[in-house]
Amino acid sequence: MNWPNVVTVYLKELRDSLRDRRTLLSTIVIPTLIMPAIVLSAGTITYKVVNKAREEIPSVMVLGGADSPVIRAALEANKSIKLVPPTTDWKQRIIDKNLRAAVELPPGFDATLGRGEPATVKIYNYESELRSGFAVNELRRFFTEYRDKIVAARLAAQGLPASLIKPFEIRSANVAPPEKVGGNVIGGIIPYFFIILCFTGAMYPAIDLTAGEKERGTMETILCSPVTRIDLVVGKFLLVLTASLSTVLFSLLSMGATFMLGGVLLAQGGGGGVAAAAAKGGAAQLPTIDPLGLLAVVAMVLPVAVLFAAVLMTIALFAKSYKEAQSYVSPLIIVIILPAMMAMLPGVELSTRLALVPILNLSLVSKELVSGVWHWHYLALIFGSSCLYAAAALALCVRMFNRESVLFRS
Amino acid sequence: MIEARSLTKLFQDKKRGTIRAVDGVSFTCRPGQIYGLLGANGAGKTTTLRLLATLLQPTSGEATVAGFDVRTQPEKVRANIGFLATSTALYGRLTARETIAYFGRLNGLTPAQIAARTRQLADELALHEFLDRRVEKFSTGMKQKTSIARTLVHDPAVLVLDEPTLGLDVMAARTIVRFVRECRDRGKTVIYSTHVMSEVEKLCDMIGIIHHGRLVAEGTLEQLRTRFGDPDLEEIFVRAVGGEEEAA
Repeated sequence: MNWPNVVTVYLKELRDSLRDRRTLLSTIVIPTLIMPAIVLSAGTITYKVVNKAREEIPSVMVLGGADSPVIRAALEANKSIKLVPPTTDWKQRIIDKNLRAAVELPPGFDATLGRGEPATVKIYNYESELRSGFAVNELRRFFTEYRDKIVAARLAAQGLPASLIKPFEIRSANVAPPEKVGGNVIGGIIPYFFIILCFTGAMYPAIDLTAGEKERGTMETILCSPVTRIDLVVGKFLLVLTASLSTVLFSLLSMGATFMLGGVLLAQGGGGGVAAAAAKGGAAQLPTIDPLGLLAVVAMVLPVAVLFAAVLMTIALFAKSYKEAQSYVSPLIIVIILPAMMAMLPGVELSTRLALVPILNLSLVSKELVSGVWHWHYLALIFGSSCLYAAAALALCVRMFNRESVLFRS
Repeated sequence: MIEARSLTKLFQDKKRGTIRAVDGVSFTCRPGQIYGLLGANGAGKTTTLRLLATLLQPTSGEATVAGFDVRTQPEKVRANIGFLATSTALYGRLTARETIAYFGRLNGLTPAQIAARTRQLADELALHEFLDRRVEKFSTGMKQKTSIARTLVHDPAVLVLDEPTLGLDVMAARTIVRFVRECRDRGKTVIYSTHVMSEVEKLCDMIGIIHHGRLVAEGTLEQLRTRFGDPDLEEIFVRAVGGEEEAA
């Protein structure tokens, strides 16, 4: 290999790509701006919608209970729900989201309770509808409290202590450090993002530098220069790899900034899902990830990026035009996403066999790494096997560049 | 100097079986000479020139270009040729200067040599006005001039030109024809493929008529006129390939 020629090809491709709006868009602009914008706007919208739903006083209809003034009065006194007059079309109104829930009181509810006999209160709701769910939660809380009061009164009447039916309390507390909590919460998502960004970052330049060049007629121009095919492939490949890793790097930086900003906003707002989850778990702070582990993930991504760049170039080289190459390469995203997603399934854990499955192995080990767990033998196996796959893909790519039937396909 | 001996290239096609794109072609092209390869579309002109430029490997036979074997010394062959075809486009996002420099570097020229050569080519081809503009904004004529500069940057001894005027307007085609003539006058070996009779009449010292991959007639224009007993090259061509139906 003639390295000066490889560098010449690489620098030319780099200059060419930096002047290409489409490459800049897919490599730098989209991962830097669009991804965090989507994450932030989706987060903000969800936060606002949930808050709005939470602030709404749900309208509830009481069915029956005309002969039970005590429970009715208690329900009317509850300011967390708004009682609406009963109508016969209550089911339809729940479906139409005009009514959040309905509660059915059995005949003679007050009297039944007075006699100490069992009774059933039924709540009707719209399953999986957020605001209907809030109404149900409130009704459940109200009736549980009401039941507890009755139990306490009955126990008091018998001269028995309240601890008779509640002999002990149950409390849970998180002992896992925040990075481990974070590893579990976002550890599966990080490599998934990296893998997809790595692939999409390489996709456009890989097509442009192969099928694109064929279509534009520049492939023949460069092939008739004294540069050897291997120098040409390596120069082009290095550019595709640069684009792929730049996409990961830019998105990593902007994601980091987004999460930091998000964290500050959450801390100021004093709420939000993640903070609430952390507080619930007993760790009164946001889940974090091990920064060293994150760096290791980036290192593990490297051979996978090489694999993607070489495979994409090999496939795109077959095509005669940019469009044809796109139709070959696009379905590959699903092939990439599936193993990346499998790692997020519960129960799929690292094993020697899975450590040899490309992409899935990276996803699995990354989950461990960001949690601060270092399985050195698996790391070596995964890095080694990934390097081997990458080298094989690169060798195949060079071979394809030497095939006349591929280069001059008509 | 280009020497081709029984040069053959076979392609395998799923539907049509084995295609003999170039079939035992032999010819010699000397320095200071323009060898015109005349043939209809699909006759085998492009494949022959791609074999000489080492873009394709011959199935059998041999060829030497500037003394180097196309099969065993492809890089040396390419270092000694300038290949220009309608299909050899330029990088749109590079300027003319960057294009010349890129191909200069790949041909092993030093930065000083590249700068000197760029100045010289810009003077000869009147490139100065658009030397630092991106090729994508160029007119066809400007692109052609830049392509010529790209082809000549390493001052090759041999020029391989595959239908270089195809699809060009009159002015751009004239630029090419003038450039080819100047190269011949400087003692370069030029092989030129075309199906335009007038270009062959104007330019070529030797003419080879290729049909179905075979060289069916060869000689100077005068020799061909004497052999076929007709002054008109078009008539000579039709007769050489075996009649109008065959020519089509």
